[in-house]
Amino acid sequence: MLAQQLLNGVVVGSVYGLFALGFTLLFGVNHIMNMAHGAVFMWGAFAGLFAVTMFDLPFAAALVIGAVAGGLLSVVLDWVAFRPLRKRNAPEFSAIVSSIGANLILLSLAQQMTATRVMRFPFDTFPIRFYEILGVRVQLLQLVIMAVVILTVVGLVWYLQRTNAGRQIRAVAYSEGTSRLLGINPFSINFQVFFLSGALAGVAGVLIGLVFNSVHFMMGEPLLLRAFVVIILGGLGSIPGALIAGLLIGIVQVLTVSYLSAGMADVVVFSLLFLVLLARPTGLFGSASGGAARVARQ
Amino acid sequence: MLEVSGLSVSYSGIRALKDVSLTVGKGEIFALIGPNGAGKSTLLNTLSGMVQAQTGHARFDGVELIGRPAHRIARAGLIQVPEGRQVIAPLTVRENLELGRIAAGTRSGDRNALDRVHDLFPVLAERRTQLAGSLSGGQQQMLAIGRALMGAPRILLLDEPSLGLAPVIVREVFDALLRLNASGLTILLVEQNAKLALETAHHAAILEMGRVVMRGTAADLAHDPLVVDHYLGRTEETA
Ligand SMILES: Nc1ncnc2c1ncn2[C@@H]1O[C@H](COP(=O)(O)OP(=O)(O)OP(=O)(O)O)[C@@H](O)[C@H]1O
Ligand SMILES: [Mg+2]
Repeated sequence: MLAQQLLNGVVVGSVYGLFALGFTLLFGVNHIMNMAHGAVFMWGAFAGLFAVTMFDLPFAAALVIGAVAGGLLSVVLDWVAFRPLRKRNAPEFSAIVSSIGANLILLSLAQQMTATRVMRFPFDTFPIRFYEILGVRVQLLQLVIMAVVILTVVGLVWYLQRTNAGRQIRAVAYSEGTSRLLGINPFSINFQVFFLSGALAGVAGVLIGLVFNSVHFMMGEPLLLRAFVVIILGGLGSIPGALIAGLLIGIVQVLTVSYLSAGMADVVVFSLLFLVLLARPTGLFGSASGGAARVARQ
Repeated sequence: MLEVSGLSVSYSGIRALKDVSLTVGKGEIFALIGPNGAGKSTLLNTLSGMVQAQTGHARFDGVELIGRPAHRIARAGLIQVPEGRQVIAPLTVRENLELGRIAAGTRSGDRNALDRVHDLFPVLAERRTQLAGSLSGGQQQMLAIGRALMGAPRILLLDEPSLGLAPVIVREVFDALLRLNASGLTILLVEQNAKLALETAHHAAILEMGRVVMRGTAADLAHDPLVVDHYLGRTEETA
Protein backbone atom coordinates (compact mmCIF):
# COMPACT_ATOMS: atom_id res chain seq x y z
CA MET A 1 0.00 0.00 0.00
CA LEU A 2 2.75 2.40 0.97
CA ALA A 3 4.86 1.40 -2.05
CA GLN A 4 1.79 1.90 -4.24
CA GLN A 5 1.21 5.41 -2.89
CA LEU A 6 4.89 6.23 -3.17
CA LEU A 7 4.76 5.31 -6.85
CA ASN A 8 1.72 7.52 -7.40
CA GLY A 9 3.49 10.30 -5.59
CA VAL A 10 6.61 9.97 -7.70
CA VAL A 11 4.58 10.08 -10.91
CA VAL A 12 2.60 13.18 -9.94
CA GLY A 13 5.67 14.75 -8.36
CA SER A 14 7.82 14.32 -11.45
CA VAL A 15 5.22 16.21 -13.46
CA TYR A 16 5.19 18.96 -10.81
CA GLY A 17 8.95 19.04 -11.22
CA LEU A 18 8.56 19.58 -14.96
CA PHE A 19 6.11 22.40 -14.39
CA ALA A 20 8.34 24.02 -11.78
CA LEU A 21 11.35 23.63 -14.06
CA GLY A 22 9.76 25.94 -16.62
CA PHE A 23 8.98 28.46 -13.92
CA THR A 24 12.46 28.36 -12.41
CA LEU A 25 14.17 28.51 -15.83
CA LEU A 26 12.46 31.78 -16.61
CA PHE A 27 13.36 33.10 -13.21
CA GLY A 28 16.96 31.90 -13.41
CA VAL A 29 17.64 33.42 -16.81
CA ASN A 30 15.36 36.45 -17.05
CA HIS A 31 14.59 37.14 -13.40
CA ILE A 32 10.90 36.95 -14.18
CA MET A 33 8.25 35.47 -11.91
CA ASN A 34 5.68 34.45 -14.46
CA MET A 35 2.41 34.36 -12.55
CA ALA A 36 0.67 33.21 -15.73
CA HIS A 37 2.72 29.99 -15.85
CA GLY A 38 -0.28 28.06 -14.51
CA ALA A 39 -2.46 29.44 -17.30
CA VAL A 40 0.13 28.35 -19.87
CA PHE A 41 0.01 24.88 -18.32
CA MET A 42 -3.79 24.86 -18.54
CA TRP A 43 -3.85 26.02 -22.17
CA GLY A 44 -1.21 23.41 -23.00
CA ALA A 45 -3.52 20.79 -21.52
CA PHE A 46 -6.47 22.10 -23.58
CA ALA A 47 -4.36 22.11 -26.74
CA GLY A 48 -3.44 18.47 -26.12
CA LEU A 49 -7.06 17.62 -25.33
CA PHE A 50 -8.38 19.26 -28.48
CA ALA A 51 -5.73 17.51 -30.55
CA VAL A 52 -7.25 14.26 -29.35
CA THR A 53 -10.97 15.13 -29.28
CA MET A 54 -11.21 17.27 -32.41
CA PHE A 55 -8.51 15.87 -34.65
CA ASP A 56 -8.36 12.34 -33.35
CA LEU A 57 -4.61 12.52 -32.93
CA PRO A 58 -2.69 9.99 -30.83
CA PHE A 59 -1.27 10.63 -27.36
CA ALA A 60 2.27 11.40 -28.60
CA ALA A 61 0.96 14.08 -30.96
CA ALA A 62 -1.10 15.55 -28.11
CA LEU A 63 2.08 15.92 -26.07
CA VAL A 64 3.92 17.66 -28.88
CA ILE A 65 0.98 19.95 -29.58
CA GLY A 66 0.63 20.74 -25.87
CA ALA A 67 4.33 21.62 -25.76
CA VAL A 68 4.25 23.81 -28.86
CA ALA A 69 1.05 25.56 -27.75
CA GLY A 70 2.49 26.22 -24.29
CA GLY A 71 5.74 27.44 -25.81
CA LEU A 72 4.06 29.81 -28.23
CA LEU A 73 1.64 31.14 -25.64
CA SER A 74 4.56 31.84 -23.35
CA VAL A 75 6.37 33.73 -26.13
CA VAL A 76 3.23 35.79 -26.77
CA LEU A 77 3.06 36.53 -23.03
CA ASP A 78 6.59 37.85 -23.25
CA TRP A 79 5.65 40.19 -26.08
CA VAL A 80 2.47 41.42 -24.44
CA ALA A 81 3.16 41.36 -20.71
CA PHE A 82 6.93 41.50 -20.16
CA ARG A 83 8.80 43.03 -23.07
CA PRO A 84 7.06 46.43 -22.95
CA LEU A 85 8.03 46.68 -19.26
CA ARG A 86 11.60 45.57 -19.86
CA LYS A 87 12.01 48.22 -22.52
CA ARG A 88 11.19 50.90 -19.98
CA ASN A 89 13.33 49.35 -17.25
CA ALA A 90 10.30 48.85 -15.05
CA PRO A 91 11.01 47.27 -11.64
CA GLU A 92 10.64 43.49 -11.36
CA PHE A 93 7.49 43.91 -9.35
CA SER A 94 5.61 45.39 -12.33
CA ALA A 95 6.30 42.21 -14.27
CA ILE A 96 4.64 40.19 -11.53
CA VAL A 97 1.57 42.43 -11.58
CA SER A 98 1.42 42.41 -15.34
CA SER A 99 1.57 38.61 -15.48
CA ILE A 100 -1.15 38.33 -12.83
CA GLY A 101 -3.30 40.36 -15.22
CA ALA A 102 -2.37 38.16 -18.16
CA ASN A 103 -3.20 35.12 -16.03
CA LEU A 104 -6.71 36.43 -15.29
CA ILE A 105 -7.34 37.08 -18.96
CA LEU A 106 -6.15 33.62 -19.98
CA LEU A 107 -8.27 32.02 -17.25
CA SER A 108 -11.44 33.83 -18.19
CA LEU A 109 -10.93 33.06 -21.87
CA ALA A 110 -10.75 29.37 -20.98
CA GLN A 111 -13.73 29.71 -18.68
CA GLN A 112 -15.81 31.26 -21.49
CA MET A 113 -14.68 28.67 -23.99
CA THR A 114 -15.57 25.70 -21.78
CA ALA A 115 -18.54 27.26 -19.98
CA THR A 116 -16.74 26.28 -16.73
CA ARG A 117 -17.07 22.56 -17.55
CA VAL A 118 -14.50 19.94 -16.67
CA MET A 119 -13.41 18.21 -19.87
CA ARG A 120 -11.97 14.73 -20.22
CA PHE A 121 -9.78 12.79 -22.59
CA PRO A 122 -11.68 10.07 -24.47
CA PHE A 123 -11.30 6.64 -22.86
CA ASP A 124 -9.26 5.22 -25.69
CA THR A 125 -6.66 8.01 -25.63
CA PHE A 126 -4.31 5.81 -23.74
CA PRO A 127 -4.54 2.01 -23.39
CA ILE A 128 -5.28 1.05 -19.78
CA ARG A 129 -2.84 -1.66 -18.93
CA PHE A 130 -1.33 -2.76 -15.64
CA TYR A 131 1.87 -4.54 -14.74
CA GLU A 132 2.89 -6.15 -11.48
CA ILE A 133 6.39 -4.97 -10.57
CA LEU A 134 7.70 -6.13 -7.17
CA GLY A 135 4.15 -6.41 -5.90
CA VAL A 136 3.21 -2.91 -7.01
CA ARG A 137 0.56 -2.34 -9.63
CA VAL A 138 2.07 -0.05 -12.22
CA GLN A 139 -0.04 1.52 -14.93
CA LEU A 140 1.39 1.77 -18.41
CA LEU A 141 0.45 5.48 -18.34
CA GLN A 142 2.59 5.94 -15.23
CA LEU A 143 5.59 4.37 -16.91
CA VAL A 144 5.12 6.49 -20.00
CA ILE A 145 4.78 9.66 -17.92
CA MET A 146 8.02 8.98 -16.10
CA ALA A 147 9.73 8.23 -19.40
CA VAL A 148 8.42 11.49 -20.87
CA VAL A 149 9.60 13.46 -17.84
CA ILE A 150 13.05 11.85 -17.91
CA LEU A 151 13.45 12.38 -21.66
CA THR A 152 12.32 16.00 -21.39
CA VAL A 153 14.70 16.75 -18.54
CA VAL A 154 17.63 15.01 -20.24
CA GLY A 155 16.84 16.92 -23.42
CA LEU A 156 16.68 20.23 -21.58
CA VAL A 157 19.93 19.66 -19.71
CA TRP A 158 21.62 18.56 -22.92
CA TYR A 159 20.39 21.70 -24.68
CA LEU A 160 21.60 23.98 -21.89
CA GLN A 161 24.92 22.25 -21.26
CA ARG A 162 25.98 20.90 -24.62
CA THR A 163 24.77 23.21 -27.37
CA ASN A 164 25.92 26.62 -28.51
CA ALA A 165 22.49 28.08 -27.87
CA GLY A 166 22.44 26.61 -24.37
CA ARG A 167 25.82 28.11 -23.59
CA GLN A 168 24.46 31.49 -24.64
CA ILE A 169 21.44 31.04 -22.39
CA ARG A 170 23.72 30.26 -19.44
CA ALA A 171 25.82 33.32 -20.25
CA VAL A 172 22.73 35.56 -20.28
CA ALA A 173 21.56 33.98 -17.02
CA TYR A 174 24.83 35.06 -15.45
CA SER A 175 25.09 38.52 -17.01
CA GLU A 176 22.95 39.91 -19.77
CA GLY A 177 25.16 42.98 -20.16
CA THR A 178 28.36 41.04 -20.73
CA SER A 179 26.54 38.68 -23.08
CA ARG A 180 25.45 41.59 -25.25
CA LEU A 181 29.05 42.81 -25.40
CA LEU A 182 29.95 39.37 -26.75
CA GLY A 183 27.47 39.67 -29.59
CA ILE A 184 24.71 37.54 -28.07
CA ASN A 185 21.30 38.66 -29.25
CA PRO A 186 19.15 39.03 -26.11
CA PHE A 187 15.91 38.83 -28.11
CA SER A 188 16.79 35.43 -29.46
CA ILE A 189 17.69 34.17 -25.98
CA ASN A 190 14.44 35.54 -24.59
CA PHE A 191 12.48 33.81 -27.29
CA GLN A 192 14.14 30.49 -26.57
CA VAL A 193 13.79 30.72 -22.80
CA PHE A 194 10.13 31.73 -22.91
CA PHE A 195 9.42 28.99 -25.42
CA LEU A 196 11.21 26.32 -23.39
CA SER A 197 9.51 27.47 -20.20
CA GLY A 198 6.05 27.37 -21.80
CA ALA A 199 6.73 24.05 -23.53
CA LEU A 200 7.62 22.45 -20.19
CA ALA A 201 4.35 23.79 -18.75
CA GLY A 202 2.42 22.55 -21.80
CA VAL A 203 3.82 19.02 -21.54
CA ALA A 204 3.11 18.99 -17.82
CA GLY A 205 -0.45 20.16 -18.56
CA VAL A 206 -1.18 17.30 -20.95
CA LEU A 207 0.34 14.77 -18.54
CA ILE A 208 -1.59 16.02 -15.51
CA GLY A 209 -4.75 16.19 -17.63
CA LEU A 210 -4.31 12.52 -18.42
CA VAL A 211 -3.31 11.36 -14.93
CA PHE A 212 -6.38 12.88 -13.31
CA ASN A 213 -8.37 12.68 -16.54
CA SER A 214 -9.64 16.17 -16.07
CA VAL A 215 -8.90 19.36 -17.93
CA HIS A 216 -10.49 22.57 -16.71
CA PHE A 217 -9.78 26.28 -16.63
CA MET A 218 -8.63 26.36 -13.00
CA MET A 219 -6.31 23.36 -13.15
CA GLY A 220 -3.13 25.46 -13.22
CA GLU A 221 -3.77 27.58 -10.16
CA PRO A 222 -3.00 25.09 -7.37
CA LEU A 223 0.05 24.04 -9.36
CA LEU A 224 1.39 27.57 -9.54
CA LEU A 225 1.14 27.79 -5.77
CA ARG A 226 2.93 24.47 -5.38
CA ALA A 227 5.53 25.53 -7.93
CA PHE A 228 6.45 28.33 -5.56
CA VAL A 229 7.01 25.77 -2.84
CA VAL A 230 9.00 23.60 -5.23
CA ILE A 231 11.35 26.32 -6.41
CA ILE A 232 11.82 27.81 -2.97
CA LEU A 233 12.57 24.38 -1.53
CA GLY A 234 14.80 23.54 -4.45
CA GLY A 235 16.51 26.91 -4.56
CA LEU A 236 15.56 29.57 -7.10
CA GLY A 237 17.00 28.86 -10.53
CA SER A 238 18.21 25.36 -9.61
CA ILE A 239 17.31 22.63 -12.11
CA PRO A 240 18.06 19.58 -9.96
CA GLY A 241 16.48 21.41 -7.03
CA ALA A 242 13.21 21.91 -8.93
CA LEU A 243 13.05 18.24 -9.89
CA ILE A 244 13.86 16.79 -6.50
CA ALA A 245 11.61 19.24 -4.66
CA GLY A 246 8.87 18.49 -7.20
CA LEU A 247 9.13 14.78 -6.47
CA LEU A 248 9.12 15.46 -2.76
CA ILE A 249 5.99 17.60 -2.93
CA GLY A 250 4.25 15.03 -5.11
CA ILE A 251 5.02 12.24 -2.66
CA VAL A 252 4.05 14.26 0.41
CA GLN A 253 0.84 15.31 -1.25
CA VAL A 254 -0.21 11.81 -2.29
CA LEU A 255 0.68 10.36 1.12
CA THR A 256 -1.26 13.07 2.96
CA VAL A 257 -4.30 12.55 0.77
CA SER A 258 -4.31 8.80 1.33
CA TYR A 259 -3.33 8.64 5.02
CA LEU A 260 -4.71 11.91 6.42
CA SER A 261 -7.22 13.76 4.32
CA ALA A 262 -7.34 15.60 1.01
CA GLY A 263 -7.83 18.91 2.76
CA MET A 264 -4.58 18.47 4.69
CA ALA A 265 -2.36 18.23 1.60
CA ASP A 266 -1.54 21.91 1.27
CA VAL A 267 -1.27 22.34 5.02
CA VAL A 268 1.41 19.66 5.17
CA VAL A 269 3.18 20.92 2.05
CA PHE A 270 3.39 24.48 3.30
CA SER A 271 4.39 23.43 6.81
CA LEU A 272 7.22 21.46 5.24
CA LEU A 273 8.28 24.54 3.31
CA PHE A 274 8.23 26.58 6.49
CA LEU A 275 10.36 24.05 8.38
CA VAL A 276 12.92 23.73 5.59
CA LEU A 277 13.25 27.49 5.30
CA LEU A 278 13.83 27.79 9.05
CA ALA A 279 16.74 25.37 8.74
CA ARG A 280 18.03 26.42 5.32
CA PRO A 281 16.88 29.89 4.22
CA THR A 282 18.20 29.38 0.67
CA GLY A 283 16.29 26.13 0.19
CA LEU A 284 17.58 22.57 0.00
CA PHE A 285 19.74 23.15 -3.06
CA GLY A 286 19.99 26.90 -3.20
CA SER A 287 23.30 28.50 -2.45
CA ALA A 288 24.79 31.92 -2.93
CA SER A 289 27.09 30.70 -5.69
CA GLY A 290 25.03 27.92 -7.28
CA GLY A 291 25.93 24.55 -8.74
CA ALA A 292 27.17 23.68 -12.21
CA ALA A 293 23.74 23.03 -13.68
CA ARG A 294 22.28 26.09 -12.09
CA VAL A 295 20.89 28.75 -14.39
CA ALA A 296 21.24 31.75 -12.17
CA ARG A 297 21.89 35.37 -12.39
CA GLN A 298 24.79 36.97 -10.54
CA MET B 1 38.75 54.03 -38.33
CA LEU B 2 36.72 55.28 -35.36
CA GLU B 3 35.49 58.87 -35.36
CA VAL B 4 33.66 60.22 -32.36
CA SER B 5 32.17 63.68 -32.69
CA GLY B 6 30.12 65.86 -30.37
CA LEU B 7 29.10 62.95 -28.16
CA SER B 8 27.02 63.84 -25.10
CA VAL B 9 25.58 61.36 -22.63
CA SER B 10 23.61 61.86 -19.45
CA TYR B 11 22.32 59.49 -16.84
CA SER B 12 18.84 60.61 -15.80
CA GLY B 13 19.69 64.27 -16.27
CA ILE B 14 23.27 64.18 -14.99
CA ARG B 15 25.83 64.81 -17.72
CA ALA B 16 28.56 62.17 -17.90
CA LEU B 17 29.99 63.11 -21.32
CA LYS B 18 29.97 66.59 -22.83
CA ASP B 19 30.69 67.12 -26.50
CA VAL B 20 33.41 64.48 -26.74
CA SER B 21 35.30 64.22 -30.03
CA LEU B 22 38.24 62.02 -30.88
CA THR B 23 39.62 59.95 -33.73
CA VAL B 24 41.28 56.57 -33.48
CA GLY B 25 43.38 55.73 -36.52
CA LYS B 26 43.65 52.31 -38.07
CA GLY B 27 46.41 50.17 -36.55
CA GLU B 28 47.18 52.44 -33.60
CA ILE B 29 46.84 52.23 -29.85
CA PHE B 30 44.83 55.18 -28.58
CA ALA B 31 44.86 55.76 -24.83
CA LEU B 32 42.14 57.55 -22.91
CA ILE B 33 43.19 58.58 -19.43
CA GLY B 34 41.44 60.45 -16.66
CA PRO B 35 40.50 60.30 -13.00
CA ASN B 36 37.68 58.29 -11.41
CA GLY B 37 34.28 59.32 -12.63
CA ALA B 38 35.65 61.20 -15.64
CA GLY B 39 33.36 59.25 -17.98
CA LYS B 40 35.86 56.82 -19.51
CA SER B 41 33.70 53.75 -19.06
CA THR B 42 30.67 55.73 -20.17
CA LEU B 43 32.42 56.53 -23.44
CA LEU B 44 33.34 52.89 -24.11
CA ASN B 45 29.84 51.74 -23.19
CA THR B 46 28.29 54.32 -25.49
CA LEU B 47 30.47 53.11 -28.35
CA SER B 48 29.49 49.53 -27.51
CA GLY B 49 25.78 50.38 -27.55
CA MET B 50 25.25 49.68 -23.85
CA VAL B 51 24.51 53.33 -23.04
CA GLN B 52 22.45 55.63 -25.25
CA ALA B 53 23.89 58.98 -26.35
CA GLN B 54 21.76 62.13 -26.36
CA THR B 55 23.64 63.81 -29.18
CA GLY B 56 26.65 63.20 -31.35
CA HIS B 57 28.02 60.57 -33.65
CA ALA B 58 30.38 57.65 -33.54
CA ARG B 59 31.36 56.29 -36.93
CA PHE B 60 33.17 53.03 -37.26
CA ASP B 61 34.64 52.81 -40.78
CA GLY B 62 31.95 55.25 -41.82
CA VAL B 63 29.08 53.28 -40.24
CA GLU B 64 27.07 55.03 -37.49
CA LEU B 65 27.19 53.15 -34.20
CA ILE B 66 24.83 55.35 -32.19
CA GLY B 67 21.39 53.78 -31.98
CA ARG B 68 22.58 50.31 -32.93
CA PRO B 69 21.98 47.47 -30.45
CA ALA B 70 25.05 46.28 -28.54
CA HIS B 71 25.17 42.77 -29.97
CA ARG B 72 25.21 44.11 -33.52
CA ILE B 73 28.06 46.47 -32.73
CA ALA B 74 30.08 43.57 -31.33
CA ARG B 75 29.31 41.54 -34.43
CA ALA B 76 30.47 44.44 -36.58
CA GLY B 77 33.90 44.02 -34.99
CA LEU B 78 33.99 46.65 -32.24
CA ILE B 79 34.54 44.49 -29.17
CA GLN B 80 34.93 45.69 -25.61
CA VAL B 81 36.76 44.04 -22.73
CA PRO B 82 34.75 45.59 -19.92
CA GLU B 83 35.97 47.04 -16.65
CA GLY B 84 36.39 44.36 -14.01
CA ARG B 85 36.86 41.68 -16.71
CA GLN B 86 33.35 40.23 -16.40
CA VAL B 87 34.13 36.66 -17.28
CA ILE B 88 31.12 34.33 -17.13
CA ALA B 89 32.09 32.79 -13.79
CA PRO B 90 30.01 29.57 -13.84
CA LEU B 91 31.29 28.58 -17.29
CA THR B 92 34.66 27.01 -18.01
CA VAL B 93 37.57 28.86 -19.58
CA ARG B 94 36.97 27.02 -22.83
CA GLU B 95 33.25 27.83 -22.80
CA ASN B 96 34.01 31.51 -22.24
CA LEU B 97 36.32 31.47 -25.24
CA GLU B 98 33.71 29.70 -27.35
CA LEU B 99 31.21 32.42 -26.41
CA GLY B 100 33.67 34.95 -27.76
CA ARG B 101 33.37 33.38 -31.20
CA ILE B 102 29.78 34.60 -31.57
CA ALA B 103 30.88 38.16 -32.35
CA ALA B 104 32.94 36.91 -35.29
CA GLY B 105 29.73 35.60 -36.89
CA THR B 106 30.09 35.26 -40.61
CA ARG B 107 32.65 38.07 -40.74
CA SER B 108 35.58 35.73 -40.36
CA GLY B 109 35.51 31.98 -40.14
CA ASP B 110 38.88 31.84 -38.39
CA ARG B 111 39.43 28.28 -37.20
CA ASN B 112 42.82 29.14 -35.73
CA ALA B 113 41.51 31.84 -33.40
CA LEU B 114 41.64 29.48 -30.43
CA ASP B 115 45.22 28.45 -31.18
CA ARG B 116 46.31 32.05 -31.46
CA VAL B 117 44.67 32.95 -28.15
CA HIS B 118 46.40 29.97 -26.53
CA ASP B 119 49.73 31.12 -28.01
CA LEU B 120 49.21 34.57 -26.58
CA PHE B 121 48.09 33.35 -23.15
CA PRO B 122 49.28 29.76 -22.65
CA VAL B 123 47.69 29.68 -19.20
CA LEU B 124 44.25 29.64 -20.87
CA ALA B 125 45.13 26.36 -22.57
CA GLU B 126 46.32 24.84 -19.29
CA ARG B 127 43.17 25.92 -17.48
CA ARG B 128 40.62 25.22 -20.18
CA THR B 129 38.36 23.03 -18.05
CA GLN B 130 38.53 25.25 -14.97
CA LEU B 131 35.57 27.45 -14.10
CA ALA B 132 36.29 31.04 -15.10
CA GLY B 133 35.20 32.33 -11.71
CA SER B 134 37.96 30.35 -10.00
CA LEU B 135 40.76 31.96 -12.04
CA SER B 136 43.03 34.56 -10.48
CA GLY B 137 42.45 38.20 -11.38
CA GLY B 138 45.28 38.21 -13.91
CA GLN B 139 44.09 35.01 -15.53
CA GLN B 140 40.57 36.42 -15.72
CA GLN B 141 41.90 39.51 -17.47
CA MET B 142 43.71 37.29 -19.97
CA LEU B 143 40.54 35.28 -20.46
CA ALA B 144 38.50 38.43 -21.04
CA ILE B 145 40.99 39.61 -23.67
CA GLY B 146 41.25 36.15 -25.22
CA ARG B 147 37.47 35.92 -25.37
CA ALA B 148 37.29 39.25 -27.19
CA LEU B 149 39.96 38.09 -29.64
CA MET B 150 37.88 35.00 -30.47
CA GLY B 151 35.37 37.43 -31.96
CA ALA B 152 37.89 38.62 -34.57
CA PRO B 153 37.78 42.28 -33.47
CA ARG B 154 38.60 45.04 -35.93
CA ILE B 155 39.01 47.35 -32.96
CA LEU B 156 39.49 46.26 -29.37
CA LEU B 157 38.22 48.47 -26.54
CA LEU B 158 39.82 47.82 -23.16
CA ASP B 159 38.52 49.32 -19.92
CA GLU B 160 41.30 49.50 -17.30
CA PRO B 161 42.97 46.16 -18.00
CA SER B 162 45.62 46.84 -15.33
CA LEU B 163 43.08 47.33 -12.54
CA GLY B 164 43.97 45.34 -9.45
CA LEU B 165 46.76 43.33 -11.07
CA ALA B 166 50.30 42.80 -9.79
CA PRO B 167 52.98 44.67 -11.80
CA VAL B 168 54.39 41.48 -13.38
CA ILE B 169 50.94 40.47 -14.62
CA VAL B 170 50.27 43.99 -15.87
CA ARG B 171 53.51 43.76 -17.87
CA GLU B 172 52.44 40.41 -19.31
CA VAL B 173 49.03 41.76 -20.32
CA PHE B 174 50.48 44.90 -21.89
CA ASP B 175 53.15 42.93 -23.75
CA ALA B 176 50.34 40.86 -25.22
CA LEU B 177 48.52 44.05 -26.25
CA LEU B 178 51.68 45.36 -27.93
CA ARG B 179 52.07 42.09 -29.81
CA LEU B 180 48.45 42.21 -30.95
CA ASN B 181 48.91 45.78 -32.10
CA ALA B 182 52.11 44.86 -33.93
CA SER B 183 50.10 42.31 -35.87
CA GLY B 184 47.71 45.06 -36.95
CA LEU B 185 44.98 45.28 -34.31
CA THR B 186 43.59 48.73 -33.52
CA ILE B 187 43.20 49.33 -29.78
CA LEU B 188 41.32 51.93 -27.75
CA LEU B 189 42.71 51.68 -24.23
CA VAL B 190 41.17 53.25 -21.14
CA GLU B 191 43.60 53.49 -18.23
CA GLN B 192 44.02 55.22 -14.91
CA ASN B 193 47.68 54.26 -14.93
CA ALA B 194 48.70 57.23 -17.10
CA LYS B 195 52.40 56.40 -17.24
CA LEU B 196 51.75 52.90 -18.54
CA ALA B 197 49.12 54.12 -20.97
CA LEU B 198 51.31 56.87 -22.44
CA GLU B 199 54.23 54.46 -22.79
CA THR B 200 52.05 52.02 -24.68
CA ALA B 201 49.96 54.28 -26.91
CA HIS B 202 50.55 56.27 -30.08
CA HIS B 203 47.92 58.88 -29.44
CA ALA B 204 46.10 59.79 -26.26
CA ALA B 205 43.39 62.01 -24.86
CA ILE B 206 42.66 63.13 -21.34
CA LEU B 207 39.09 63.10 -20.12
CA GLU B 208 38.07 65.15 -17.10
CA MET B 209 34.51 65.57 -15.89
CA GLY B 210 33.12 64.33 -19.16
CA ARG B 211 35.21 66.59 -21.40
CA VAL B 212 38.29 65.97 -23.47
CA VAL B 213 40.70 68.49 -21.96
CA MET B 214 43.80 67.52 -23.90
CA ARG B 215 44.77 65.31 -26.77
CA GLY B 216 47.81 64.61 -28.93
CA THR B 217 50.55 62.10 -29.48
CA ALA B 218 51.36 60.04 -26.42
CA ALA B 219 54.93 61.35 -26.45
CA ASP B 220 53.78 64.99 -26.46
CA LEU B 221 51.35 64.40 -23.62
CA ALA B 222 53.97 62.56 -21.61
CA HIS B 223 56.13 65.68 -21.70
CA ASP B 224 53.38 68.23 -21.10
CA PRO B 225 54.04 69.90 -17.73
CA LEU B 226 50.36 69.83 -16.76
CA VAL B 227 50.10 66.13 -17.51
CA VAL B 228 53.32 65.40 -15.66
CA ASP B 229 52.01 67.37 -12.72
CA HIS B 230 48.53 65.88 -12.54
CA TYR B 231 48.92 62.37 -13.85
CA LEU B 232 52.50 61.16 -14.12
CA GLY B 233 53.82 62.49 -10.83
CA ARG B 234 51.03 60.79 -8.95
CA THR B 235 51.34 57.47 -10.74
CA GLU B 236 55.05 57.37 -10.05
CA GLU B 237 54.38 57.88 -6.36
CA THR B 238 51.82 55.12 -6.17
CA ALA B 239 53.62 52.72 -8.51
N1 LIG C 1 24.53 53.70 -14.64
C1 LIG C 1 24.78 54.95 -14.18
N2 LIG C 1 23.79 55.68 -13.66
C2 LIG C 1 24.02 56.95 -13.19
N3 LIG C 1 25.21 57.53 -13.21
C3 LIG C 1 26.25 56.85 -13.71
C4 LIG C 1 26.09 55.52 -14.22
N4 LIG C 1 27.28 55.08 -14.66
C5 LIG C 1 28.14 56.08 -14.44
N5 LIG C 1 27.54 57.15 -13.87
C6 LIG C 1 28.16 58.42 -13.52
O1 LIG C 1 28.77 58.95 -14.66
C7 LIG C 1 30.04 59.49 -14.36
C8 LIG C 1 31.10 58.82 -15.20
O2 LIG C 1 31.23 57.47 -14.81
P1 LIG C 1 32.19 56.44 -15.52
O3 LIG C 1 31.95 55.11 -14.94
O4 LIG C 1 32.05 56.60 -16.98
O5 LIG C 1 33.62 56.98 -15.05
P2 LIG C 1 35.05 56.37 -15.26
O6 LIG C 1 35.86 57.43 -15.88
O7 LIG C 1 34.97 55.09 -15.98
O8 LIG C 1 35.53 56.13 -13.76
P3 LIG C 1 36.44 54.97 -13.14
O9 LIG C 1 37.85 55.33 -13.46
O10 LIG C 1 36.17 55.06 -11.67
O11 LIG C 1 36.01 53.69 -13.75
C9 LIG C 1 30.24 59.30 -12.87
O12 LIG C 1 29.90 60.51 -12.23
C10 LIG C 1 29.26 58.22 -12.50
O13 LIG C 1 28.79 58.39 -11.20
MG1 LIG D 1 35.42 53.19 -15.49
